[in-house]
Amino acid sequence: MKKRHLLFLALAGLLALAGCGTSQSSGEAITAVGSSALQPLVEAAAEQYQTDHVGVFINVQGGGTGTGLSQIQQGAVEIGNSDLFAEEKAGINAKKLVDHRVAVVGITPIANKAVGVKNLTVVQLRRLFTGEITNWKQVGGKDLPVVVVNRAQGSGTRATFERWVLGDRQPMPAQEQDSTGMVRSIVASTPGAVSYVAFSYVDSSVRALALSGVKPTDQNVTTNDWPIWSYEHMYTKGQPHGLTKQFLAYIQSAKTQQRLVSKMGYIPITAMKVTRDAKGNVIDKQGEKSNGSN
Amino acid sequence: MDPIKAAMLKRSRSAKLEQRGKLISLFCISLIVIVVAAIFFFVASRGLATFFDNKVNLWSFLSKSVWSPAVNDAHGNPQVGALPMIVGSFGVTFLSAVVATPFAVGAAIFMTEISPKMGKKILQPVIELLVGIPSVVYGFIGLSVVVPAIRHVFGGTGFGILAGTFVLFVMILPTVTSMTVDALNAVPRYYREASLALGGTRWQTISRVVLRAAMPGILTGVVFGMARAFGEALAVQMVIGNAALLPHNLISPASTLTSVLTSGIGNTVMGSLENNALWSLALLLLLMSLAFNLVIRWIGKKGEMKR
Repeated sequence: MKKRHLLFLALAGLLALAGCGTSQSSGEAITAVGSSALQPLVEAAAEQYQTDHVGVFINVQGGGTGTGLSQIQQGAVEIGNSDLFAEEKAGINAKKLVDHRVAVVGITPIANKAVGVKNLTVVQLRRLFTGEITNWKQVGGKDLPVVVVNRAQGSGTRATFERWVLGDRQPMPAQEQDSTGMVRSIVASTPGAVSYVAFSYVDSSVRALALSGVKPTDQNVTTNDWPIWSYEHMYTKGQPHGLTKQFLAYIQSAKTQQRLVSKMGYIPITAMKVTRDAKGNVIDKQGEKSNGSN
Repeated sequence: MDPIKAAMLKRSRSAKLEQRGKLISLFCISLIVIVVAAIFFFVASRGLATFFDNKVNLWSFLSKSVWSPAVNDAHGNPQVGALPMIVGSFGVTFLSAVVATPFAVGAAIFMTEISPKMGKKILQPVIELLVGIPSVVYGFIGLSVVVPAIRHVFGGTGFGILAGTFVLFVMILPTVTSMTVDALNAVPRYYREASLALGGTRWQTISRVVLRAAMPGILTGVVFGMARAFGEALAVQMVIGNAALLPHNLISPASTLTSVLTSGIGNTVMGSLENNALWSLALLLLLMSLAFNLVIRWIGKKGEMKR
């Protein structure tokens, strides 16, 4: 008899759970998947949007840029978050996707504090990551071997950094870490370590390096004086409609951009004085075309 | 028809119950078999696509040492050489097993032969506690204690096979120990008595009779530990450095099959070569764990005690 009761309870519980699911989606539900760098912003925006609009449900998941782009290409989700232009990712047919740029992220090289270097030229930085410079004294620092720490292959941060620093040169094989937090703690604790992180991850445990005297600041990114930055994209398959459209408009609205986006450590898309396309051509927002790629 | 005949011909209540029980258990087992088969099929279909769809040579996959699937080499072939990961995985697995086995056997002998009372009271719970610690905790301790210590003593960055070995050593120690304890306990009491009766000392009894008789069980334990070490992802990933390089010594950053898999899978697009190459690594892992299982069975069969 007792077992019967248990079974009944379990069934009732299942039914209740199923009921929950339907009552949530009785409004409208969308899913955004992808880039872990963009995830915190989308999560925060979704939370705010849901408190303003009762009955909608926005599900935000990480998984990486590759996951986001492949899921949106298959049409499995409503929004695919990406650190890269879809054109830059192999295996993605960018023509079917519509790009919505929601923020800008600046990326800065960071080094262990003991290296004794605060400023590098782009060429020096490139040589550090291709393995031509193996000791910090070659760039005016202390006598310390260089320890390069990379993000995992295919990471959006790494792709952006390599595109604007290495150009078409290949990086030397080195340590790889799959999260920015891990990169920072390793650089902080390993003598001679150098890597790169998004601006919002720089803290007092590591040293952000300036490039030819240009400091890694939001201001310098908006004018493209600091070239290592990328858009954060939210891709939809075809033109968005319904809740997807409203939510994207909400993130791109001036209010969200000014308050939430800068509060979360990203650079608002509205603050940018230049635009850049997938091929790397930089265009002044006044319409005048300035220097091309790199 | 008289009631007795009717009752005899009708299927009894307990027969029905048994039938139902058989059906349920058949359903459960077939579900498990289907899941396993589906996993095998999925991993194999994805993993083999690297060789059939992307035309990567199997031999170059196993023997080349440049892992950079997104970039083609001078001849236009994708660079998918998994050798560094294979070497890394086997390196940490064998080294940690080599380090852990003497400790495990020593602890097990102490717990079964020398001081069973204390073994049951103190060592057993400690070993069981070690099993329960999540691997991320081991990895975190490895990152914040083992890596700096190795850097301090040996120089370099501290990341590498040595750090991975230390972390895995602690992780597989309880597995190997408890299986060794079981193996030693399974040695019949009269073996020991016979040895002592023939005038063997305690040491002679333990080393030449008990250990010899328990050898298959001990080996099974070691292989089990190795299987666990081979499949461990998170803790190793945190301390090994994840560089797809052939390790030239124990303290240079290296990588394992699992660490490359976990760090890469989210950054690749399903169906692309980068993704297929990762699935090939997964297939390799699956085949290796299959091999470990076969080895365990083989040891079990080969070493059955003949009475």
